[in-house]
Amino acid sequence: MTRGSPYAPHTDAETAAMLDAVGADDEESLFDIPEDVRFDGEFGIEARGERELRTELSDTFARNRRLTEFLGRGHHGHYVPSLVDDISRRSEFLTSYTQYQPEITQGFLQVLFEYQSMLVELTGLPVANCSMYDAATALAEAARLSNRVRRVSGTRVLVPETLHAGKRSVLDNYVSGTALTVETYPMDDGNVDVDALAERVDQNTSMVYAENPTVRGAIEERLSEIGDIADDANTLFCLGTDIVALGLLEEPASVGADVVVGEADALGMPTSYGMGLGLFATREEFLRQVPGRLVGAGEDAGGRRAYTLTLQTREQHIRKERATSNICTNQAWVALRTAMHVASLGPDGLVDLAKRCVTDAESLAAELSDLNGVQAPVHDRHHFREFVAHTDQPAEAIASDLEKEGFAVHVVGEHELQVCVTDLNASKTDELVAAFEEVL
Amino acid sequence: MDYDQARYSRDDQYEPLLAEKNATRVEIDEEDSPLPDELTRDAVELPDLSEPELARHYTRLSQMNWGVESGPYPLGSCTMKYNPSFTEDVAADPNAAVHPDRSARSVQGSLELLYDLQDYLARIGGMDAVTLQPPAGAAGEFAGILVAKAYHEANGNDRSEVVIPASAHGTNFASAAMAGYDVVELPSDEDGRVDVDALEAALSEDTAALMLTNPNTVGLFERDIVDIAEMVHDVGGLLYYDGANLNALLGRGRPGDMGFDIMHYNVHKTFATPHGGGGPGAGPVGVVEELAPYLPSPRVRERGGNYELFDPEESIGKVHGYQGNWLVLVKAYAYIARLGDEGLADSSAKAVLNANYLASQLDYEVPYEPFHHEFAATAGDRDAADVAKRMLDYGVHPPTTKWPEFVPEAMLTEPTEVENRDSLDDLAHAFNAAMADSDEELANAPSKTTARRIDQVSAAREPRLSWRALDADGE
Ligand SMILES: Cc1ncc(COP(=O)(O)O)c(C=O)c1O
Repeated sequence: MTRGSPYAPHTDAETAAMLDAVGADDEESLFDIPEDVRFDGEFGIEARGERELRTELSDTFARNRRLTEFLGRGHHGHYVPSLVDDISRRSEFLTSYTQYQPEITQGFLQVLFEYQSMLVELTGLPVANCSMYDAATALAEAARLSNRVRRVSGTRVLVPETLHAGKRSVLDNYVSGTALTVETYPMDDGNVDVDALAERVDQNTSMVYAENPTVRGAIEERLSEIGDIADDANTLFCLGTDIVALGLLEEPASVGADVVVGEADALGMPTSYGMGLGLFATREEFLRQVPGRLVGAGEDAGGRRAYTLTLQTREQHIRKERATSNICTNQAWVALRTAMHVASLGPDGLVDLAKRCVTDAESLAAELSDLNGVQAPVHDRHHFREFVAHTDQPAEAIASDLEKEGFAVHVVGEHELQVCVTDLNASKTDELVAAFEEVL
Repeated sequence: MDYDQARYSRDDQYEPLLAEKNATRVEIDEEDSPLPDELTRDAVELPDLSEPELARHYTRLSQMNWGVESGPYPLGSCTMKYNPSFTEDVAADPNAAVHPDRSARSVQGSLELLYDLQDYLARIGGMDAVTLQPPAGAAGEFAGILVAKAYHEANGNDRSEVVIPASAHGTNFASAAMAGYDVVELPSDEDGRVDVDALEAALSEDTAALMLTNPNTVGLFERDIVDIAEMVHDVGGLLYYDGANLNALLGRGRPGDMGFDIMHYNVHKTFATPHGGGGPGAGPVGVVEELAPYLPSPRVRERGGNYELFDPEESIGKVHGYQGNWLVLVKAYAYIARLGDEGLADSSAKAVLNANYLASQLDYEVPYEPFHHEFAATAGDRDAADVAKRMLDYGVHPPTTKWPEFVPEAMLTEPTEVENRDSLDDLAHAFNAAMADSDEELANAPSKTTARRIDQVSAAREPRLSWRALDADGE
């Protein structure tokens, strides 16, 4: 085993010569740390070789049970083409950073410009940033944006009562330093209860948030009405969605969305324990209030089109405490992978994938419903990827028995399971149904 | 080093956009749609290219980009280390690709890794408890300040201010403001350190926290840190450590031992996870025992040989929808374990040696010493941004320019431990040659990069942010 860091290339002779050049006796003398705070102890972390570590970690991860996951609720896995893994690992992409010197980082800037462009096409809104951390922080940033724009004067943020707990908690934290308050509105058979929402929205409402599909997988049927309600009250309409759903469901701009947020990493990433890619798109009107990085097209001294980070006066490194957000490091490389995946699918591929999300969910729900003791879907709606099933027996017990059979599903109520099907597990639905039969 | 970056160009553009190569509009007809017409969009228009075309597109774009593996990348404050290849393979383990809603009993391996990483980071920072949830340094700052706020509120103390040195990173100010605090800006001492008298004046019963990085943004150690901690604690405030500069201290100083109560670790800096063209990173937060109950939920603990998730009693809740940037955390664990105690300590030794050696080879004034892993050279009467553009022509990435602001024409340089003497000499040559070049040469630079100097002002004046906007412009 080498002493020291295997990634610090200095030979002893080199180190000695360099110390000599700076006039230091040894490395320690370069540290100007007072005695009383000097750490002379050990962390107690034992170095391992590369091969050893690969074995160790592969053993560690082998302790995860191999379950076929029918899980979604905001984090979705689809098949990622090899091209994405292969080329996104090229070191020129992977090991670069924020494009402070655009002349030497045109490649990544163009990728991000293309990512933004794809979101503009899919949302119908003219401005998309090149990433938030995840859907939860994107939603929270949207609420903060609603608090800054002049068109809106209220302080109430309305969200569905079914809002994912993680999103709700992040939202609460992000608005905790503002005058905004978060309130819920009721749902009606899996969709927004539009009448109840209309009653709750007033001039003091800053933002209305709805999702399509909803966290329970239902496709929202009255989006335009929600858009109108928000518009009539001078309130922002924020629509939550994901990048695959955008390939088929109503275009956000056409239903009056002012901001679109959600997860974009349903394409481009394997299931990664919740690691995300927050998509964020909005109207031109709010351009100067957008959080995060924006790539724009400009021109170089040779007269050619070139890309650069732009409108940086919104950002923390210039505007400090008055910045639109504190975000600096973001999810750029995930955005690269997502853009590559979208490009690999092309328009036909994306539309087909989205259609399968509808048909696969529908047929699995029907098959489960054929079983004694299961009714699915619970909501009389169209579904996207996932749906909630009512179980006569306690859901917790069924889920835990299913896990023993090798399957993971969500428990979302005492007698409610949620099941998500994508191209990754669609070939295993027969086995899932058989396992249900076994455990019911 | 003689160098020309790849340049694919056609007429008045470089590599055409995907959509310019080929795009198709696909109509969504009711007949072959599983949904009624009113629930679907009319059409989708996207690039439509074959896999070989895409492979070539993205390969060309990668060639028109600069990474740590291309050459020196001494961006000050960013710690652009080499990112060990094997960590990518480790993170790509299919057994680790699990959904966040899996039962704890079915993901014991993942939880074990998270638990061990919490433990490693606590030891490295001298902290008692760690959360891995924040997805970047700034998110860690926000989480940490929310922890401070929750602590003060629990003690019946409504405090309204966070004190931050003028030289701090912009995220510090923005994070404190996001948490609802008024920011009190602390002027720097003449040597770039905290001015203790100014601090005395700024601190009060309203002070929730002082945010500091140590060494500071020009690489100087805050020698008065023990006194500073005492002053902050005396008024009932908390001391926050911005971990961006931890690469200077590994094995020689721990924030916890210096009196810091809260810190974030910037794992894409100190622990070598790839910066990915802007992210993802991770910004775990460590705290002293007293603050552990306020950390974000969930955290991981061990009970009788099993790992489980738990919510700290007084948790602030969440700063990320799930558990943060999982893949980044795996890579950080692998890096720390690969290095161990000696490797970590050696990283800092070599990072500090490299910074000192490089500075010694420069024909630039470095006004603040003794620095550690980074230093701020000044371009004097030249424009630091122009000098940086010229450096690009010498086959290196330039340092961070014009920051921190108290250094005139600053060139904040952090070579990290991964450069050997030869590449530091190349870097020094680039610095010195650029400085010796004429104003005209500077103004015309760069010429060897893919693009020539880009007019950022006009790009911002008429923002064009998508290929649709270019189309509308008749491009
Ligand atoms: C000193 C300092 N603090 C905080 C940050 C913010 O960290 P991040 O970009 O990971 O959010 C950075 C770097 O970007 C930094 O250099």
